[in-house]
Amino acid sequence: MNQPLLPERFQDWFDAKGWVPRAHQLELIEASHSNQSTLLIAPTGAGKTLAGFLPSLIELAEGIDPATAKKQRRGLHTLYISPLKALAVDIARNLEMPVQEMALDIQIETRTGDTPSHKRQRQKSKPPDILLTTPEQIALLLSDPSAQALFSSLRTIVLDELHALVTSKRGDLLALGLARLKKLAPNLKIIGLSATVAEPDDLRAYIVPQDTSGDPALAHLVEVSGGAQPDISILQSGERLPWSGHSARYALGDIYDLIKAHQVSLIFVNTRSQAEAIFQDLWTINDANLPIALHHGSLDVGQRRKVEAAMTAGALRAVVATSSLDMGIDWGDIDLVINVGAPKGASRLAQRIGRANHRMDEPSKAVLVPANRFEVLECQAALEASRDGKQDTPPLRKGALDVLAQHLLGLACAAPIDADTTYSEITSAQSYKGLPRETFDQVLDFVATGGYALRTYDRYARLRRTAEGTWRIANPAVAQQYRLNVGTIVEAAMLKVRLIRSKAQGRRTPIGRGGRVLGQIEEWFIEQLAHGDTFIFGGEILQFEGLQENEAYVSRSRTENPKIPSYMGGKFPLSTYLAQGVRTMLATPATWAALPDQVREWLELQQVHSQLPGAHGLLVETFPRANKHYMVCYPFEGRLAHQTLGMLLTKRLERLGGKPMGFVANDYALAIWGLGDLAQSIASKRLSLDELFDEDILGDDLDAWLAESSLMKRSFRDCAVISGLIERRHPGQEKTGRQVTFSSDLIYDVLRQHEPDHVLLQATWNDAAQGLLDISRLGELLSRIKGRIKHTHVDRVSPLAVPILLEIGREPVYGEAMDSILDEAASDLVTEAMGQ
Amino acid sequence: MNLLPAHMREFAATPVCHDIQINGETVGLHESGVLWWPDASTLVVSDLHLEKASSYARRGSMLPPYDTEATLEKLAAVIEAFEPSRVISLGDSFHDRDGADRLPPTYRAMLATLQLDREWIWITGNHDPVAPVSLCGETLEEITIGGLTFRHEPQPKNRHRSTGEVCGHMHPAAKIKRYGRVIRRPCFAADNKRLILPAFGVLTGGLNVMDQAFLPLFQPRAFSVFMLGDNRLYPFTASRLTPD
Repeated sequence: MNQPLLPERFQDWFDAKGWVPRAHQLELIEASHSNQSTLLIAPTGAGKTLAGFLPSLIELAEGIDPATAKKQRRGLHTLYISPLKALAVDIARNLEMPVQEMALDIQIETRTGDTPSHKRQRQKSKPPDILLTTPEQIALLLSDPSAQALFSSLRTIVLDELHALVTSKRGDLLALGLARLKKLAPNLKIIGLSATVAEPDDLRAYIVPQDTSGDPALAHLVEVSGGAQPDISILQSGERLPWSGHSARYALGDIYDLIKAHQVSLIFVNTRSQAEAIFQDLWTINDANLPIALHHGSLDVGQRRKVEAAMTAGALRAVVATSSLDMGIDWGDIDLVINVGAPKGASRLAQRIGRANHRMDEPSKAVLVPANRFEVLECQAALEASRDGKQDTPPLRKGALDVLAQHLLGLACAAPIDADTTYSEITSAQSYKGLPRETFDQVLDFVATGGYALRTYDRYARLRRTAEGTWRIANPAVAQQYRLNVGTIVEAAMLKVRLIRSKAQGRRTPIGRGGRVLGQIEEWFIEQLAHGDTFIFGGEILQFEGLQENEAYVSRSRTENPKIPSYMGGKFPLSTYLAQGVRTMLATPATWAALPDQVREWLELQQVHSQLPGAHGLLVETFPRANKHYMVCYPFEGRLAHQTLGMLLTKRLERLGGKPMGFVANDYALAIWGLGDLAQSIASKRLSLDELFDEDILGDDLDAWLAESSLMKRSFRDCAVISGLIERRHPGQEKTGRQVTFSSDLIYDVLRQHEPDHVLLQATWNDAAQGLLDISRLGELLSRIKGRIKHTHVDRVSPLAVPILLEIGREPVYGEAMDSILDEAASDLVTEAMGQ
Repeated sequence: MNLLPAHMREFAATPVCHDIQINGETVGLHESGVLWWPDASTLVVSDLHLEKASSYARRGSMLPPYDTEATLEKLAAVIEAFEPSRVISLGDSFHDRDGADRLPPTYRAMLATLQLDREWIWITGNHDPVAPVSLCGETLEEITIGGLTFRHEPQPKNRHRSTGEVCGHMHPAAKIKRYGRVIRRPCFAADNKRLILPAFGVLTGGLNVMDQAFLPLFQPRAFSVFMLGDNRLYPFTASRLTPD
């Protein structure tokens, strides 16, 4: 142990930089000597990436005998895997610095979807020492017959932003890939780099192979504690706090003043349309002409790169951004983060705030700007969580079956697979540890012949049994098909937005081509627009002119207010932890002193006119309004769970004769209205709230609804594409999202009717339960409130119910059957025809 | 609670049709997507695309092998409801030319039962240009009965032949927007000279009638569609429809 951990030329390099190696950097080097896999948890700015690479750089530098260095052929030594290809490119650039300055003979290359095919080919035969890439590229390389030769020399894998990677199906794909890589290179060690998470053990188990015993095997853990406590505050505005909405327009002046008072501000919002709106509004009051830019994932790539370059060059004073800027890449000196809207999660907020001030020993400064009164409560809960260092990242997901199907086909493309050894290989990944052998066999059968009870496809099988009992692909076309379909990201159908001159200004000329592409927009959004409708995109107000194939044609508009509000609630529901915080705060008036006066008064009025929702139970209010009867409840479980609940409750009420007409849900509450007097039904005991909210609602009612649910069909489409049932694209021909959607809906109907237990429907159900429908969370809610439902009848809308009622008209309202809409449209026609 | 998607439900005991005039003949349109011509006791279906899933499976996409059964069950339900003495299948009855030969014995028997005691005409289509020799029924390129001519592909509008034409091939679908929501359904498309049937097969997609492929077939905006609903048809004039 007398030998210093850092070899001389590395120590010299640190000295020359005026740096001192950090304790965790040395600890990682030490761990690598004993070939231990390690999870490094550290806040932003702690030199995490360098820590991850130092062991590899040292091994490569020291292992080379200078005399023979040039001649020696080495294989691939280190893989670096990140969720973003931009990050891989960025890291490659940063890594060149120490390598050049220490004159190390180490080859570093990236491999992404953008890498030219001749280079990719060469990388397989003559790999670099260090390859930086993405999970999809790993899957592709593993499906190649050369995988064994390529990876047998591998010593280290560095997984960057691991906390972000493991939360999606990409994490499942990576988990399976790691299990295979460990098989190909048994001496491999894995270094995981992560931001602070709630359960580090989940990630420690993720990166090491598991055995069949109960206790998970865990990687070595190196944790760098906190850094400086961030300086977070909630904006104190003199303006009136809105009851609802997400624009935060009231605080615009305050935000502008903050920008002026700081060098570089990063303004985070939750959705693209919010980013558009704030950016637009800021420029209307930007009297000082401060350079303020916009950055979100739907913008044209060229435009995004421009903003990023300007940011790095220090040419900007502020950037309005969505989560497209959340991750990793270093943007230089940001001295303020402004988070507009609900933070949604304590860890999520901490990661965003970490973007300010990349030096970890100085406090990051952040201001939270709630857009409405409920968001004030959520901001307050997040602020307290941050003060207490609480984390609420989600638990490790269970590996998805559609991803497993894709992986199995990939393995078979590389070489014939044996069912038994493959099963033990994939269950060595923590995400698939509990997978029953029976399910595995079903998935394998699905890959081979579709896995149907009706065994008619044996003659078309994609996988066939060899004489030795292994499975091999039936023909080379299968491998080709696999390569075109690899990956777990099924994009929502997107349309290009192209700027043209309005035809309304001139004569009725055909729409001209050749305008500038502004970016991409979701197809569902365009579908609701009619010719002439205005909306905000790319920082300007545009008028919709029409659709041409896969492009939405738009022209510039002079209107000041866009006609179509495009707020679509953020994808993330507020975390269980924050929800609990908000409920506790509401139930404890003693804590209200920390809240702004307006919010406190609002809650006090609620106390007088109705009552407060308890910390653990559920408050249900009923009241009449404009000839309708309303029922509002406050579960605080997030919009997705509330939507599912709303759908189920209306179904049940309908059956009980409650005549519900519609419902609307937001992150905090759910409102249902109808013609029947619910309060009276409850008073006369004809309707029992305990029965209405009983857990059995997740049985038959859910099943009946799912049969028709478009959310379920969307989940099915993704599973069908990922599992390889339907193709992402054919050679030379890209299917549009529309065609995929349509045919997969039909397949879903047929499959659901004839083989409801099919493995792909299991996969779809798991997805919906975890994601779009949030059924798991709804289940927890129903069991929590059992026997704790409080009903209050008030004679008019209660103070707490105002925000959700204001959402009606902003959020989509559910409850009308599709056919009744057709019915009305058709009877309109009659009215029109009769001249009434 | 009915768990089946709308198009798989059994149809009412006494089917109600929406009557329209084509070239002077009165025919009924039914929400199942079939044409019922009482004067000739003839039932017309189009684009069954039987054995579509197995056709895909041959190329490596293992779609659920239940489409033929589902389509035949749906067909059995309408045949039972109308009791026609003649059935015309308007082409693309099979998804590819080997489809009829691939038909599993169970479905072959099911089809034979449906064909009992009635005249059965297979019109050839682009997917199935040859006669299904292993099956009962007569195979024709087109047939004229009274004022109506039944063929698979519609002829362009300026041709004299199009008058009284009943055809399929196009898989017409229509789209309506209302309250910011979009409804897209298969539909009949008709003016008083020509009628195009929706595809009847359960795994068949639809082409929006506002697509330019329909331009040579109907005067723009001067035709009607009848969208298939859960229990009835919904008529709209073309001017009320939305393109994709």
